Amino acid sequence: MRILIEGGRVIDPANRVDAVLDVLIEDGRIAAVGPPRSARDAAPPDRVLDARGKVVCPGFVDLHVHLREPGREDKETIATGTRAAARGGFTSVCCMPNTHPVNDNQSVTEFILDRAKREGSVNVFPVGAITKGQQGEELAEIGELVRAGCVAISDDGKPVMNAEVMRRALEYAGMFGIPVVQHAEDLHLTGKGVMHEGLVSTELGMRGIPAASEAVIVARDLLLAELAGSHYHVAHITTAEAVRLVRDAKAKGLKVTCEVCPHHFALSDDAVRSFSTNAKMSPPLRSTRHVEAIKAALRDGTIDAIATDHAPHTLQEKEQEFDYAPNGIIGLETAFGLTVTMLVEAEVLSLSQAIARLTCEPARVFNLPKGTLSVGADADVTIVDPTREWVVDVKRFASKSRNSPFHGWKLRGEVLATIVGGKVVWELEG
Amino acid sequence: MAMGLKHKDLLGIQDLTVEEIGVILDTATSMQEIASRDIKKVPTLRGKTIINLFYEPSTRTRTSFEIAGKWMSADVINISTAGSSVVKGESLKDTGLTLQAMHPDIVVIRHPVAGAPKLLAGYIRASVINAGDGAHEHPTQALLDLFTIREKRGTLQGLKAAIVGDIVHSRVARSNIFAMQKVGMQVRVCGPATMLPRYLDRLGVEVFKRIESAIAEADVIMMLRVQLERQGTSLFPTLREYSKLFGLNLDRLKAAKQDVLIMHPGPINRGVEIAPEVADGPYSLILNQVENGVAIRMALLYLLAGGPAAANN
Repeated sequence: MRILIEGGRVIDPANRVDAVLDVLIEDGRIAAVGPPRSARDAAPPDRVLDARGKVVCPGFVDLHVHLREPGREDKETIATGTRAAARGGFTSVCCMPNTHPVNDNQSVTEFILDRAKREGSVNVFPVGAITKGQQGEELAEIGELVRAGCVAISDDGKPVMNAEVMRRALEYAGMFGIPVVQHAEDLHLTGKGVMHEGLVSTELGMRGIPAASEAVIVARDLLLAELAGSHYHVAHITTAEAVRLVRDAKAKGLKVTCEVCPHHFALSDDAVRSFSTNAKMSPPLRSTRHVEAIKAALRDGTIDAIATDHAPHTLQEKEQEFDYAPNGIIGLETAFGLTVTMLVEAEVLSLSQAIARLTCEPARVFNLPKGTLSVGADADVTIVDPTREWVVDVKRFASKSRNSPFHGWKLRGEVLATIVGGKVVWELEG
Repeated sequence: MAMGLKHKDLLGIQDLTVEEIGVILDTATSMQEIASRDIKKVPTLRGKTIINLFYEPSTRTRTSFEIAGKWMSADVINISTAGSSVVKGESLKDTGLTLQAMHPDIVVIRHPVAGAPKLLAGYIRASVINAGDGAHEHPTQALLDLFTIREKRGTLQGLKAAIVGDIVHSRVARSNIFAMQKVGMQVRVCGPATMLPRYLDRLGVEVFKRIESAIAEADVIMMLRVQLERQGTSLFPTLREYSKLFGLNLDRLKAAKQDVLIMHPGPINRGVEIAPEVADGPYSLILNQVENGVAIRMALLYLLAGGPAAANN
């Protein structure tokens, strides 16, 4: 099977490419990237995709999704979650271990990979648990998790509160060269908080989660990562203070990385004024001061990657009183539009920098052989129109769930086609 | 009635204009007289149905709404969730839709979660009155407090109020801060640093560390109940120390104006935030607040279910 993607503006930050080029895919790999029509000399392609006026880039890599399978197939499955990924331009997703049962042993990892192989639309890279049952007490069988295919470990949804356990996790994971991904939140400081502690929580009378809840854990973990000499990754970073700590640690040469979610740069805690439970997430939407700090950290490279924290929940779970509703929103199908609209249009990042934060940068963070259009690489390619406007309609989502605060938003930047391993897995009609 | 309320619901003071607050207070004045009648019954809301849906315990607010409805001849039904389908796990949405199917005109809701009345209002056609949602708002309490102050002082504009105590957990404090500011009063707050939410100053409120300074120059002192049932963690060491530092007693009262008004939304913890001699003393308006609560709730029930808006239907 040969696919020729013709005449598009190829943006491949890993290779510092930004030019109008043809991309030839052959047998699931990138066979050639060259000036228009240069690839035509060979045998005629089976399919030609006209990308004139469009942008051709490596498939997006999401370090943080919840596919809910096994255990909560009413919210999402590997099949539906990866279809949502394909729709959003993601060709690789890393799924968090807080399933039922928890992905804390090789049999769960193998189940996920088997399902993904048979029913998945995109590449699935499981993230194993740090501790057994995500209880924060005993280390999971991290060696076996890695051997079975896990690319990182995390107790996401929960922090590792015990500093000794975190230290040992960092030391142990270091043997395998995988990052330890922390959901940075001090549960004592969070208490019964349901939103960011600030002016809005004061007005609404809602229990607040202080920004320090995140930064306290990041500060502690950076000391432990320094002690262990291992790779530490902060999931869904949200606060000015945590970002400052990561920036300083990077300057000191520590192996530390972090990711941000689109909702944390697109929304602030003002969204909670509506009492909409789609404004409830963990970590919470922060105040404008933090949102600005996040954007600055994206600009200066402190934040390595944009990750969705795609968190599907059923309608009835979200149609509850704010305090009772579960945390999280779905994000795979709005991530690119939000990135273009909130970061590129607002001149926080160039288009090329934004694509890097969705492709080669996250691939580097989890050591994935992805996020590039180098000749010989897996043909994971996404074609986008960064100028096209569209209106978010949750009813058209491929995800099983509908919990998005962006329904009805007009976004710029639409995904037109997604190719995984040389196979077109998503194409926008019309 | 010159004008009614533009709203289907009363969810919070923040939604009201100063003119609307004026209409509610004036309407309450005309309702007051009913309490002094031999036969406390007017036909105003005959044929109207009011449901009190209480997810939290309440004596005065629930009774006050019930009496207000009954004096105006409405049919009043009380649901406390302990004996309802809520204990079987029914969601607020389903409870609301079920009640709506029985065609109530007004649902009065008290709920431990901020925003729950708004959630309910989105599901049902009946008017929703917020009788307290979490630590968010308790609008009828603030309205009856304004009414009580205006009754004593004749005006609200320019008066200084000091709200003292557990501000962070208090929906009464929030509704009063919003209401008092709307009618041109100045608001000061005072309490342990652990019970003051952040950024209060950005709400235009003056924050005091010591009760003596907070109550000096105040025309109104509003003491808040220490909400023992809402304490997640220890926000103060002991009730004894709290009382010593922030309790209002006769000695402290000397720092206040001669004619200061003392208020408390109740229920009071005697000897904790307020000394018995102060609660029962000559400046205390605690029982006036309760009495006026009925008039305010009659006014609101009338304006939402029987007033000019209903006459148009």
